[in-house]
Amino acid sequence: MEKALKIPDEQIIADLLPRKFGKTGQLWVGLLMCICLLGVYAYYRQLRYGLGVTAMRDYVSWGLYISNFVFFVAISLVGSLITAILRLANVKWSTPLTRIAEMIAIAAIMFAALIIIIDMGRPERLLNVFVHGRIQSPIIWDVVVITTYFFISFLLLYLPLLPDIKILLSSPSAATRPFQKLYRVMGSFWKGTYAQTLISDKAINILCITIIPVAFGIHTVTSWLFATTFRPGWDSTNFGAYFISGAFLAGSGAVVVAMFVVRKAYQMDDYITDDHFDKMGKIVVLLALVYLYFNISEYLLPAFKMKEDEEAHLKELFVGDWAVKFWTTILVSMILPMLLLLFKSGRKPLPMFIAGIMIVTGAWFKRYIIVVPSMLHPFLPMHDVPLSYKSYFPSWEEWAIACGSLAGGMLVITLLVRIFPIVPIHETMVEKKAN
Amino acid sequence: MSESTNGSQSRRAFLSGAALTAVTVAAAACNGLKDPFSTQAEDQQVAPTGEKVKLLSVNGEVIEVDKAFLKPVPHMPSVSNSEARIGIPGKKFVMVIDLARCKNLKHCQASCNHMHHIQDGQNWIKVQKMKESAYTAPYWQPTTCMHCDEPPCVKVCPVDATFKRQDGIVLIDSDRCIGCRFCMAACPYSTRVFNWNEPVLPEEIAETPYSPETSVPQKKGTVGKCDFCPDMTRQGELPHCVSACPNGVFFFGDLNEDSVTNGAETFRFSDLVRDKAGYRLMEDLGTKPNVYYLPPVNRNFPIEAGEENDKG
Repeated sequence: MEKALKIPDEQIIADLLPRKFGKTGQLWVGLLMCICLLGVYAYYRQLRYGLGVTAMRDYVSWGLYISNFVFFVAISLVGSLITAILRLANVKWSTPLTRIAEMIAIAAIMFAALIIIIDMGRPERLLNVFVHGRIQSPIIWDVVVITTYFFISFLLLYLPLLPDIKILLSSPSAATRPFQKLYRVMGSFWKGTYAQTLISDKAINILCITIIPVAFGIHTVTSWLFATTFRPGWDSTNFGAYFISGAFLAGSGAVVVAMFVVRKAYQMDDYITDDHFDKMGKIVVLLALVYLYFNISEYLLPAFKMKEDEEAHLKELFVGDWAVKFWTTILVSMILPMLLLLFKSGRKPLPMFIAGIMIVTGAWFKRYIIVVPSMLHPFLPMHDVPLSYKSYFPSWEEWAIACGSLAGGMLVITLLVRIFPIVPIHETMVEKKAN
Repeated sequence: MSESTNGSQSRRAFLSGAALTAVTVAAAACNGLKDPFSTQAEDQQVAPTGEKVKLLSVNGEVIEVDKAFLKPVPHMPSVSNSEARIGIPGKKFVMVIDLARCKNLKHCQASCNHMHHIQDGQNWIKVQKMKESAYTAPYWQPTTCMHCDEPPCVKVCPVDATFKRQDGIVLIDSDRCIGCRFCMAACPYSTRVFNWNEPVLPEEIAETPYSPETSVPQKKGTVGKCDFCPDMTRQGELPHCVSACPNGVFFFGDLNEDSVTNGAETFRFSDLVRDKAGYRLMEDLGTKPNVYYLPPVNRNFPIEAGEENDKG
């Protein structure tokens, strides 16, 4: 931070302008597009032959798609944590992270909506949700709250971007040239006058306050898709808080990963500093502890009572077929990263990156373990069905679509990073001046 | 119905058949090909075959019509969608399953699958071997849709595709279902099945107009389940599972009339459930099912009698 103080404005602009991709960048985009295309092909097959191409059947009627959906919703929650909560708490150091967080949030919420449509048996009837929607169904709550969250997140990305667009428009750099037209459409009206700034600041403040309940809403309602049923493992009053705490952890992990990659790719050591990693590391430890707490109450309490229906489910997780997956996930998504980040040297960029990867992949598997085993333990025994109905392992089409959606989310983030400054230029300059 | 040799039934078949053809005769008198409701009668060239058919006219007279004037009437859903959503007025359907009589013969399942053209590997009726605890005796338990009074599936449906009717039946409108499968996750009785693929159906079935009351034809990407055969009850007939069971396991009836029958025996519903200590499945969930079970006491068959039919 000390060194960063002395950077002149022109240097900041030059440093933070979006840049053309190098070889690695192009390779990365190409790879993501290939995975996406494979997913599109798999979805074409699913549309043509029906959901029968998946491994889902009557007992496990929700599978990889739904767990992937929950993962996306979880990841998207971080936008509100970094932008809104830290901003309202007047935390200054989070400024360079806000845009990454909002980009991740937007990309994730888009793909959450998309994957839920992919999971539908009759996607062409999507409009029925609006024509015949019944307010008592948690799906309708989810549609309402996810749409709201998308628009608030979009505005929270867009409004702080306006001063930067002004800078981009005036920049002669070749890197921004292909997008000048887009910049003009988005923000040529922005002159940066006192009146405009006043309105913008006010709007951002209002959005920051509204996004917090809406963010809690998206994940609470998503957890209620499960908790409103009777099934063992889902029938919990704890589920909303459990999901939210997990989402904050997963999202923060994603931000840490993105921070590391962007810093490395764009040599932004002066802007995304070791200090940022250190502080994010402390936040991640706190969030991991909170999530661990909810996990303990989520599994320990039913395990203490061992009601008949819960017993089959819990034993399967603790010592049965799912035990390795279950314990590995707990270890990788919470305990190991937390232990690593407790040490000061663990909060350096590289170990943080590793911890972030562990948290994000762990979070993905965690959702799978929340969704699938509960479906495998219905109240009445699985019966009068072919053997293949009694177990579940996703088909290649499901994997391709899930990976395609993950790749798609990363592609959206990558393209946003290419087009817009990943670290807010204007805010950085203002802050340096204030210091 | 038409296969029945029962005198009164075949008369009814004759009557309803006559009603359908009577309409055609009237239409054939006008120009049935272009606009059946046109009052501008045009000349129509129909060569009489000389073969006469006896029909019952609307005023109850038996008339003779040449066979050439008969025209097949296209299949129409028996009731409109809004009627199918309301239900049969004044009824409250209920089922009683006598576990003491079940030997896992699965005729119920076979007839249900056949009549509803359910896809391979799926069943709306399942017969499970149940055993409450280590020292209690096992028994065969057929499960249908419970047609709950507090249906968890209906609560969660985002588009009103599954609904509760005034006569107590929970139905699915496959023309509206979006295939989100939330109802399947919500149903504690695991009664719902999903058409994962394009259903394999005989052509004439695939072309039948769909009605929530018949649940036929099944549609790709939508949910299906036991519907208590409202198309049968509308005609005053019993659901297929009830009439198919040779052991009289299933009793079906109307709570308002307080009577249930398996086709051979009829009981006062309240007496039957009280005297035989009837119960419902998972009462503690508060779903209030309309399917009652009579406990497996004084059983007609040993449990082993059904083993060979149990495919797991």
